[in-house]
Amino acid sequence: MAANDTSLVPPLLEMRQVTQTYALNRQSLLGARPQLTVLDNIHFDVRPGEAVGLVGESGSGKTTLTRILTGMEKPREGHVFYDGRDVWTGGAEHWREFRRSVQVVMQNPRSSLDPRMRIGSSLLEPLRSLKIDGDHAARVFEVLDQVGLTRQALERYPHEFSGGQLQRIAIARALMPGPKVLIADEPVSALDVSIQAQVLNLLKDLVNNLGLSLVFIAHDLSVVAYTTSRVSVMSAGRIVEVGKPMDLFVRPQAEATQNLVGAILTVESGLAGNALG
Amino acid sequence: MSQENAIEVRNLVVHNTALTAVRGLDFTLPAGARMGLVGESGSGKTLTALALMGLLPMGWQANGSVRHDGVDLITQSDRALSSRRGRTISMVFQDPLSSLDPVRHIGQQVSSVIRRHTQASKKEAERRTVDLFRQMSLPRPEQLMRAYPHEISGGQRQRIMIAMALACYPQLIIADEPTTALDVTVQKQVLRRLNTAVQERGSALIMITHDLPIIAAMCDTVAVMYAGKIVEMGPVAEVFRNPRHHYTKGLLDSQPTMDNIALDGSSRLASIPGMVPPLHSLPAGCAFHPRCAAATEQCMSEVPTLDDGPRRAACWHPIGATVPMEVA
Repeated sequence: MAANDTSLVPPLLEMRQVTQTYALNRQSLLGARPQLTVLDNIHFDVRPGEAVGLVGESGSGKTTLTRILTGMEKPREGHVFYDGRDVWTGGAEHWREFRRSVQVVMQNPRSSLDPRMRIGSSLLEPLRSLKIDGDHAARVFEVLDQVGLTRQALERYPHEFSGGQLQRIAIARALMPGPKVLIADEPVSALDVSIQAQVLNLLKDLVNNLGLSLVFIAHDLSVVAYTTSRVSVMSAGRIVEVGKPMDLFVRPQAEATQNLVGAILTVESGLAGNALG
Repeated sequence: MSQENAIEVRNLVVHNTALTAVRGLDFTLPAGARMGLVGESGSGKTLTALALMGLLPMGWQANGSVRHDGVDLITQSDRALSSRRGRTISMVFQDPLSSLDPVRHIGQQVSSVIRRHTQASKKEAERRTVDLFRQMSLPRPEQLMRAYPHEISGGQRQRIMIAMALACYPQLIIADEPTTALDVTVQKQVLRRLNTAVQERGSALIMITHDLPIIAAMCDTVAVMYAGKIVEMGPVAEVFRNPRHHYTKGLLDSQPTMDNIALDGSSRLASIPGMVPPLHSLPAGCAFHPRCAAATEQCMSEVPTLDDGPRRAACWHPIGATVPMEVA
């Protein structure tokens, strides 16, 4: 993953000085609406073929960051660049390219796939909505192959699959338009332990084999460390520390990182009797 | 009445008209002991807990025997069970938000448990509730009495649930994934509180989770469930350090830890191939055989049972077994 040094290559997807505030309800009739700052001057980027992680407690701003990174939300201040161009001022053609190239895998595949749609239709949906031409059938078969599913899956419905298989299907759907960046938001936390490893390995393979960039968002530092080579730690709307996963583990600097590292339970520390210490 | 054991489960079967989810469970938990019950979704671990509590969902039925406090819980009436729950046996559920009444004050909910099972007056029950909140390290316990569930954090809510479960010093507490719905950073705090509270009361604990590190931190023994059966059980340290069943080993190997992640990112996690079989089409023989690298023809047709001894496993080819040598 970190075989070739990517630090000299310009970022593929980048957030610069992004601040996002939401207006809260008025406290008094004539007073101004109080502002809640959810993201505070965020810099975040991912280079081609790079896997980066984003960790933080709930409420730290991970979800808002993801929404802005994928163009679902426009930041109050700051810019989002895809391939060197601001996505909000880059024009319709660039926007289309951006939406096509940045795809998301959500936490719970059961709620992100339409239960009434056959898997085949679900997989074709992004091509339809993004108006992508070409041999759709061939693309479906190619992607099924990449995620390790058989063609029989196409005729079936989501309820016929286990959580792990559904997450593979959700990854396949994200791959359909041929993205350059895959954003995975807690992709294994809803899955059983024995299945988590399968999905983590698959994501790792996709980065290696397809040269995809991966943004992996989670609350569990060890899961992120396994899949990425650079991790940003978020706390209260700011990125408080960036580093290699192992460095964060061994020498956490920011308080938020120390809390996350301290929260990790391992079988060994549990058996040694000092896990809850 | 057996004082030494908090619970004795013999051949527990839980089924509805179409499916059998728990297929013959045997275990004994001595008073004050702590057992972990590990399993994935569909392993039957939650239905086991609900059967012990007499809270099976509509249509499900339990057979076998569950001895607790001198009676067989399976044959008890709903009324008798209801007077027991919260008093001799209690449960902490996964999601505290859906187990607390949203329209009643928290203090009222906890103190009503105390009033139901003891002679305590309203005032006395409220005083004990505040004490419980203090023991659980909840901030501003007096004000908390008048708070509603939505006004406090998830970690605080789960500590309220633990306080409620422990209010009457039960002999047995069943905790079903008590920290799964919580943020990682508060998980430890909640476990620590549960740990000391259980210890202080000398209650026995059954900890149900898929999270092996939690079992390692909280329990003395562990039972690993797969497809409705216990496939391995024994002291936690021995089972986790030297698993005998291939499923247990697979679970342990698929945990990403700082030890098995290589620094250069080249490592791969071991994963168990395939998926948990659905209850309506369990494979013949050992239910784990389609996913097991060590499976032979015997495993496809003959059902293995737990062998005897302190480190029991239900496997035809347990890990570390010495091949019997023929004496020349």
